[in-house]
Amino acid sequence: MNRWVALLLGALFGAGLYISGMTNPQKIINFLDVAGHWDLSLMFVMGGGIPVAAMGYVLLTRRGKPVLFEDSQIPGPGLIDRPLVIGSAIFGVGWGIAGLCPGPAFASILLEPMVILPYLVALFVGSLAYERLHG
Amino acid sequence: MMTEFTPFLSLGGGILIGLAALGGFLLFGRVLGMTGILANTLRFDFGEAGWRPMFLIGLVLGPLVLSWVMPSPHGFQAPGVVALIVGGLLVGYGTRVGSGCTSGHGICGISRLSKRSIVAVCTFMATAFVTVFVTRHLLGVVS
Repeated sequence: MNRWVALLLGALFGAGLYISGMTNPQKIINFLDVAGHWDLSLMFVMGGGIPVAAMGYVLLTRRGKPVLFEDSQIPGPGLIDRPLVIGSAIFGVGWGIAGLCPGPAFASILLEPMVILPYLVALFVGSLAYERLHG
Repeated sequence: MMTEFTPFLSLGGGILIGLAALGGFLLFGRVLGMTGILANTLRFDFGEAGWRPMFLIGLVLGPLVLSWVMPSPHGFQAPGVVALIVGGLLVGYGTRVGSGCTSGHGICGISRLSKRSIVAVCTFMATAFVTVFVTRHLLGVVS
């Protein structure tokens, strides 16, 4: 059953991206363009998503263990280190150039394959480069 | 090119994304972060019950099925192929170095008030704002 729950969570996530407009790269770039045609829809996506997700985290913490899986694998506090900041900075530059991050890109692969494919191939190459250099 | 401000659709879609993340936390005890899910799946580390590839299949099928009953109210306009490739390379590398993207750090990390995630989000938002300012307003690349 767990695999079907995973499929459903993926479908829900993908549907949310599609309805919210986050699968349109132009909408992302316009959110980032405060000096231009600013479209702050993305703030509403975060505003809708974060409180609901937070309820899930609070419920998990209260319960101690997840409902379906044996154990929790939530990352601990961890250090605010150079890789976190430098990696995030690089990600932001790429996000601003393409208007796409991994989730919405993957969710649009069958809807806009000709646009998404070159982006995803480059994404995998970038990810492989990380494994070669630091893995 | 302009896009319409869509507070209700975006809030509604955000709630669906939040529900998925809620399910990830409560049912699986996992963070639904795309960077980690993609990287582990490519390494053939599918996770308990193969949840990672199943999640990705759902992620692709959800919007596809939805598009049959409801054409996207937002349309789809993407930058040129060079921007997509350069952006893809930077996103692929940067998200691995920084251990997350908008889903893992953005939605899931902020919702559990992770300091690391909050720093990550502020950082990638800042460089993304600067990047768009430079490409659109200083270099005049219209996209």
